[in-house]
Amino acid sequence: MTETTTERPATPLVVLSGVNKSFGAHHVLQDIDLTVHQGEVVVLIGPSGSGKSTLCRTVNRLETIDSGSITVAGSPLPAEGRELARLRAEVGMVFQSFNLFAHKTVLENVVLGQVKVRRTARAEAETKARSLLERVGMAAHADKYPAQLSGGQQQRVAIARALAMDPKVLLFDEPTSALDPEMITEVLDVMRALAAEGMTMVVVTHEMGFARSAANRVLFLADGRIVEENTPEEFFTNPRSERAKDFLSKILHH
Amino acid sequence: MGIPFEGNNLSLFWHGFVQTVLLSGASALLALVLGTLLAACRVSPVPVLRAFGTGWVGVFRNTPLTLLFFAVTFGLPRVDVHLSAFVCAMLALGCYTGSFVCEVLRAGINTVPIGQAEAARSLGMTFGQTLTLVVLPQAGRAVLGPLSSVFIALPRNSAIAGAFNVAELYSVQQTLSEQGYAIFAIFFWIALAYLCISATVGLLFRGLERRLAVGA
Repeated sequence: MTETTTERPATPLVVLSGVNKSFGAHHVLQDIDLTVHQGEVVVLIGPSGSGKSTLCRTVNRLETIDSGSITVAGSPLPAEGRELARLRAEVGMVFQSFNLFAHKTVLENVVLGQVKVRRTARAEAETKARSLLERVGMAAHADKYPAQLSGGQQQRVAIARALAMDPKVLLFDEPTSALDPEMITEVLDVMRALAAEGMTMVVVTHEMGFARSAANRVLFLADGRIVEENTPEEFFTNPRSERAKDFLSKILHH
Repeated sequence: MGIPFEGNNLSLFWHGFVQTVLLSGASALLALVLGTLLAACRVSPVPVLRAFGTGWVGVFRNTPLTLLFFAVTFGLPRVDVHLSAFVCAMLALGCYTGSFVCEVLRAGINTVPIGQAEAARSLGMTFGQTLTLVVLPQAGRAVLGPLSSVFIALPRNSAIAGAFNVAELYSVQQTLSEQGYAIFAIFFWIALAYLCISATVGLLFRGLERRLAVGA
């Protein structure tokens, strides 16, 4: 194992075991076993339709599973209802299409969850929101509406919104796939900083540079299975499976 | 043509006008609350609530308003519920219009991208919070136009109440024609009064649209 994983006490934070999921006849997740430890950055890569986004979304039950079990911080995912809402507050999510609340200002987007879910006092929530916006470089845009921002700016606000809940783990579902190339960097920089600070992250991405530089572990998915699991260095220089070799040869040489 | 300015007519007109405004206002409030609740039912994850919402809309949107007035005015006393003519009219109008409000809002809810609700849920919001804080405010903005049509129709529909013992604007016509005034002149003034109400509702909604327009 690499140095980074031995340095940290390996507390399992998210544990998936024997997870199966089908959309009709399409078996998108097949017997997935995955343990994400505290402070770990796990990157999921793979061709489209491989199930990586679905896998990411099962962790806060935006996607239900057919069989198997998922636990977050030791407790199994509850069924739909208040229990589940409480758990979701602990699991942050950043979406491909940002999904900022269109009718709220940037500041309100970051304040809303704190006040309505965490029941934080408004003044306190605003202070925290402003400092988080500062952290993602968006403090100057606090009073704008999402539609007035570029994609990269929206995504950085979305990250601040997720961080405002003090999540135990952050899920990123292709956070840069809808962005222009020059905006990708500004979002990845924020994510790298988070990773360096020890945030537990599960990241679905096509950004191999990010996987290489920030991930502790890379999982390669194809056809609903985890085909390969390795350190980024090993995975990119010396992939073991034919499927991964094929995938990498298609995406890396341009 | 100067009917309203003869004898006691102005106060008669004024009384009818106020009754129509009050009846429309009360029914509009009921319709708005009811319509929102029904829309919430129709998109809720609970099958019983969905069925209730669908059933309500099916019954109240498809029944002639006059029949609903009949049902409320003559049906409720049969089960020993005795309400004033005004309250009966408000119930009939509110329940009827509420079903339209529900359908308009539901159309609005369908225009809100699913990602908005997913983002709300992923922050830990309950179904109710997701709906009231994130989805409905956006849905409402999207359908202000059709919603204004529903609420402009309401005061005009309220004229039916005149036939059910509410002394509102339209019933003024009866009193005046019994006094022998020319029928077209009477209708002209009454139509003008309805126009004032409808135009005001229209203006209110346009103001609302301007105020709620999200910067972009």
